[in-house]
Amino acid sequence: MYRLTTRTRAGTVTAIIVPIFIVAALALPAVASRGVIQDLFFILTMLTLAQIWNLLAGYGGLVSVGQQAFVGIGAYAMFAGVILLGWNPVLAIPLGGLAALVLAVPTAFFAFRLQGAYFAIGTWVIAEVTRLLVAQWKALGGGTGTSLPREATSSILGTDAVRALFGVREAAARDVMAYWLALALLVAVTGGIYWLLRSRLGLALAAVRDNVDAAQSVGVDTGRLRWAVFLIAAAATGLTGALIFLQTARISPSAAFAVTDWTANVIFIVVIGGIGTIEGPILGVLVFFALRSALADYGSWYLMTLGLIAVVVMLFAPKGLWGLIASRKGLHLFPVRRRLTGPKIKGGI
Amino acid sequence: MIWLDTLVQGILLGGLYALFAAGLSLVFGIMRLVNLAHGDLIILAAYLVLMGVTLLGLSPWIAALVAMPVMFALGWLLQTAVLNRVLGKDILPPLLVTFGLSVALQNGLLEAFSADSRRIPVGALEGASLDLGLVTVGIMPLMTFASAIVMIIALNALFYHTALGRAFRATSDDVVTAGLMGIEPKRIFAIATGIAMVVVTLAALYLGMRANFDPSIGPARLIYAFEAVIIGGLGSLWGTLAGGIIIGVAQTFGAALNPEWQILAGHIAFLAVMLLKPRGLFPRAVD
Amino acid sequence: MLETRGLTANYGQFRALFGVDISVAAGECVAIIGANGAGKSTLMRSITGVIGNEPGMVLHRGEPIGALSSAEIMKRGIAMVPEGRRLFPSLTVEENLLVGGQARKVPGPWNLDAVYDLFPILRERRKSPSTALSGGQQQMVAIGRALMSNPQLLLCDEISLGLAPVVIRDIYAALPRIREGGAAIVLVEQDIGKALAVADRVYCMMEGRVTLAARAAEVTREDIHSAYFGVAA
Repeated sequence: MYRLTTRTRAGTVTAIIVPIFIVAALALPAVASRGVIQDLFFILTMLTLAQIWNLLAGYGGLVSVGQQAFVGIGAYAMFAGVILLGWNPVLAIPLGGLAALVLAVPTAFFAFRLQGAYFAIGTWVIAEVTRLLVAQWKALGGGTGTSLPREATSSILGTDAVRALFGVREAAARDVMAYWLALALLVAVTGGIYWLLRSRLGLALAAVRDNVDAAQSVGVDTGRLRWAVFLIAAAATGLTGALIFLQTARISPSAAFAVTDWTANVIFIVVIGGIGTIEGPILGVLVFFALRSALADYGSWYLMTLGLIAVVVMLFAPKGLWGLIASRKGLHLFPVRRRLTGPKIKGGI
Repeated sequence: MIWLDTLVQGILLGGLYALFAAGLSLVFGIMRLVNLAHGDLIILAAYLVLMGVTLLGLSPWIAALVAMPVMFALGWLLQTAVLNRVLGKDILPPLLVTFGLSVALQNGLLEAFSADSRRIPVGALEGASLDLGLVTVGIMPLMTFASAIVMIIALNALFYHTALGRAFRATSDDVVTAGLMGIEPKRIFAIATGIAMVVVTLAALYLGMRANFDPSIGPARLIYAFEAVIIGGLGSLWGTLAGGIIIGVAQTFGAALNPEWQILAGHIAFLAVMLLKPRGLFPRAVD
Repeated sequence: MLETRGLTANYGQFRALFGVDISVAAGECVAIIGANGAGKSTLMRSITGVIGNEPGMVLHRGEPIGALSSAEIMKRGIAMVPEGRRLFPSLTVEENLLVGGQARKVPGPWNLDAVYDLFPILRERRKSPSTALSGGQQQMVAIGRALMSNPQLLLCDEISLGLAPVVIRDIYAALPRIREGGAAIVLVEQDIGKALAVADRVYCMMEGRVTLAARAAEVTREDIHSAYFGVAA
């Protein structure tokens, strides 16, 4: 008679609308200009990074400010696959995920030794070390960086098919390919996180977030849980990094390991949108993109504004814009909370 | 003799890092807050001192003395208006707020002072050095190191021999019980952050007199400070100085081998200490 | 001097106090007894501002203090000896005592010397870290620390808990001297006999409510039994 469910009415609507959105997004390059596709590529990859960081900090309590390590190493591994091994760039993307996963092991080993808030700076140190080491990698351009060779970018898997399909030039076809890959990656990452949160692991995460000691006392292995979340997040971040630099086709240590681009912006997206929800980063990335477009001509004012908005949000609406909406309307598009349903208990408790 | 010289340079550089770190350590010790904007606040203070020198025509020392109460007030305000509202069991809000502040401050400075490298002019002192027989040391690094030691002695005296210091330690031990003793924890936190900003100003003075600075270098100073604190073991300022010296020596030796390795060598030393002594060299007994 | 009116307290969804009314007159010694979980400590935490209240739920000299911070309440002369002693581990014995007096400086009988005269063993251990003391000595520091502010009202939460009978006797022997100094005392106790021996009046609590209010000299075993357990003896 009573059962646990995560289903909500809004959640059911989401389940119908999301596939429609995905199909529409897949077909979009047929009508959209190259500029729109590039903007959307940016939005999709930033959203992917935001969802991953949200998993880490919002659900796992791991506030990393060193995610640029995994973006950078993922991108460099992809470049290494192309330049040193001669792989097709698209096929070299998984190499990025793998490299990030490998880097995540020593990173976690060190950073988990640091308690609480110091974990954050610990991850930053590792990112700096990785950047400095990669800058010594002369085969990939050292400190100045390098570009993907012309042969590689012109032979990216699938571009010929895109050119034939939409009748566009090679560079535009490459952008469409990258856009589709970004869409696939976002769907996979968001879907994966959603699934994870509804699984036993998600339940354990929620328990740890509420009360570490209590969770441990009922048998949640918090150490293993943190490792699992950190490694999954690192691998996914590495894949995203590889994809981002596949699109730009040019890499340098300062761009690939930029704390502002790959961590600060990502944190602001999550904080402004609403930390600890799947909907939050989606809303956050739209606000972020709108601000970026509106303030594009004002240089550093833009980042300053973004930083201050994040501070104000944390002070006055710590659950972000989505939190404001959800608390007013009780709306949950991606429900992960388990609720007991069944007939009302008479008399109450 | 070149190695001895490198060693001495490294030790003296450690004094600068201890100055960077002391404020961070103080604030963390009292309220368990990691201020990710610490490095950017150092740079802000450096610009304040620079403005005192260039706009008001003060000597750097006087300019720093003028900047100190300004920075104290800023720290007080920051703590009262912002940080006190987000302190609590959850470490996420203060981290995110200070991270947001860091980015905002960095870009605000960039807008106000441009990306050009600046330096606080010190005149004849800049190149002056002292011949100690075996090695020759610069006056400026020597003064930095001496200032670090004086600052640590002063902070320890404040901590262990004044009523305010007792209140700091009591609040750090147990906020609720400190309240029962008539101590307002939020006021104590505001004073602590104010004092940390005075130390930051001292650090900024030497940073700006010894080397060029620009708005983007704050985060790197935060990282050096953090490494010194962790190596030293939380809670001991002398440990922090030892941590700063280890980073400094590693950096000068790294630079002696290959200039590109300077920063990297400091980080590697930090990781090595973390590997061998996860709680730092001088961990606090009570935690 | 101190009065609670319909005081309620909640821990999240869980209500711990349901409209508690007690009063303490100047110089009086009041015992609050009750079983574990009756709400005695919650009552102390509410009075001292550790748990926030409606302003009018706690009155001090007729003024509402229910919404003040712990520090403000303490500065009005209400000092607390918290349950579990809660000494500051990184402070020495003497520093713990000094911390108790530094926020409220009013003339009165209590200072370092007076506390050392009350508990002479503390004078010998003044430079020791507070963590190095025995349980009884720690309790003495906790009481002395509260006295250092020369309070008008001393709240003692479970000062005999976990101590040997001989140590409890020493600590209770100090209470008359504290009253001579002019402070009113509220004793939260599980040891009914000890409490009744020194108190003028007694309140008994059960499940967040006051179930008995009486003069200590007049109260009977039966009264206490039914108030304590909710059933007649």
